[in-house]
Amino acid sequence: MREKKSGGLSRHTFRSNTLPALCMTGPVTVWLIIFVAVPLLYVAVMSFCSIDQNYNVVFRFTAENYRRLADTNYIQIYGQSLLIAALTTAICILIGYPFSFLIARTKGRKKGLLYMLVIIPFWTNSLIRIYGWRTFLGTSGWLNRGLEALGLIDEPLDLLFHRGTTVLGMVYCLFPFMVLPLYTAIEKLDRSMIEASEDLGARRAATFVRVVLPLTAGGIFSGSIMVFIPCLGYFFVSDILGGGNADVIGNLIERQFQSGNNWPLGAALSITLILITLLLVKLYQKCGGDMESLGG
Amino acid sequence: MTKKRKKRGGSILSVIYCALVYLFLFLPITVVVANSFNATTSKPYLSWKGFTLSWYVKLWENESLLESFGNTMLIAIASTILAACVGTLAAVGMYKYKFRGKSVIDALLYIPVVIPEIVLGISLLTLFTNIHVPRGHLSLIIAHATFSIPFVIFNVRARLSGYDNSIEEASMDLGANRIATFLRVTLPVLAPGIGGGALLAFTLSIDDVIVSYFTNGQVKTFPLKVMESIKSGVSPDVNALSTLILLGTILLVVLTQSDLPGKLRAMAAERMGK
Repeated sequence: MREKKSGGLSRHTFRSNTLPALCMTGPVTVWLIIFVAVPLLYVAVMSFCSIDQNYNVVFRFTAENYRRLADTNYIQIYGQSLLIAALTTAICILIGYPFSFLIARTKGRKKGLLYMLVIIPFWTNSLIRIYGWRTFLGTSGWLNRGLEALGLIDEPLDLLFHRGTTVLGMVYCLFPFMVLPLYTAIEKLDRSMIEASEDLGARRAATFVRVVLPLTAGGIFSGSIMVFIPCLGYFFVSDILGGGNADVIGNLIERQFQSGNNWPLGAALSITLILITLLLVKLYQKCGGDMESLGG
Repeated sequence: MTKKRKKRGGSILSVIYCALVYLFLFLPITVVVANSFNATTSKPYLSWKGFTLSWYVKLWENESLLESFGNTMLIAIASTILAACVGTLAAVGMYKYKFRGKSVIDALLYIPVVIPEIVLGISLLTLFTNIHVPRGHLSLIIAHATFSIPFVIFNVRARLSGYDNSIEEASMDLGANRIATFLRVTLPVLAPGIGGGALLAFTLSIDDVIVSYFTNGQVKTFPLKVMESIKSGVSPDVNALSTLILLGTILLVVLTQSDLPGKLRAMAAERMGK
């Protein structure tokens, strides 16, 4: 790694900067190459490999793995996964936007507390919280028991193991990733803009659509990216709440790398998922999205 | 008059709305905490059989559960320290020096943040099997550090954006060498950023399911232990441990983020002065 001499007439420029630059950025470079770049390239290569009778990966070129993805079964699950992700994102925006607005507009110390209360649930392990939903919603779960005790229902409601329950779990897991960027965007919003719009005679609805919404759109975009993409991979949510149906792309990949034991097929599924992700990120950048705001 | 009433009606509505959202967020946690006091002893531990504290005692006899918790802590601490060191050095280096390939590093940094965790998990799995790294503690520490490093860098970078380079020059003019300057001038200024990044890395690590699931081998972390027990019903001692972890994390964050140590020190200093 060569560095260019940066300008500036500091007394120390005569010392070489190569060694310190190398010492500081060397470790991260090596780390990212070995543990991010190389493995991903290897997965890309593997997606064109075959397997022998013992399910070992052999380096014999084939496009068969990708051809299998065109199978109607896979296409259906891909479509369904994208639909679940879109629904989850939409619900997170619809619930999260007014909510973020309200907490961002709270005054004083209460605001910090309300903000913390959104994050605290996420310090409990996500699996056990998802299991908490299952305990609550199951046929002998607490909700059904409670409703029965109140005499509101005779038979337990069948609330678990639907695609809807998977969406509920996804919304639950990913909600803060929508709220945090929305909150930041709304907090930055200059109040005088709203006042100016109202002074100029705009109705509240017009002010919202033409002033508030465009100014907070960045928050909506980064929140959507941070909800939509993980949603395609969260296989455990659909495992626990969806009743063992493969609901999302993550389930398909997980099966090929565990029970299915067809790593090249799993690799092809993963590469497709990466391509979808790249497409979405490109779209996000086209909309004026800032990569920095995805980093928390 | 009517406007005022309208406004009050609106604020009641917004309080109700927020309360409902918080109810949604806290409902499963309430279930988890409540079940840790559940006196039931039969699988799948769902029906309420009265209040007991016995699960908090039995917890200490469940060796595999305690072991998984120990693994989680070990991996979280090791990967956080590793990520904090690599990440801090990288953030400062990338801020101070221009070099070829910097934009490539920058782009690579976003990959672990943006790609679905499952892809990171399986790609590390294929790497570890290929170069024969035994899957266990080491592979888990490497995997967790990999997704934590970018977050440390982003946090330190945010702190660097208001950084005044002249204090380093002052330090070196006064005769300190580069290493002494880095340790005694640069690091203390960046400490809050490093601390914030490390805290984020730590919480990401103790909660990680997906990446660990593919890179663990025979070693079970606490989340993986929960995953394993879900099939047969999660026993209340797992809930008890989760409750304790939640309390521990809240305590950790309150202590590190609210400047409580600073206040205590100030109090102690005041007392000594008297």
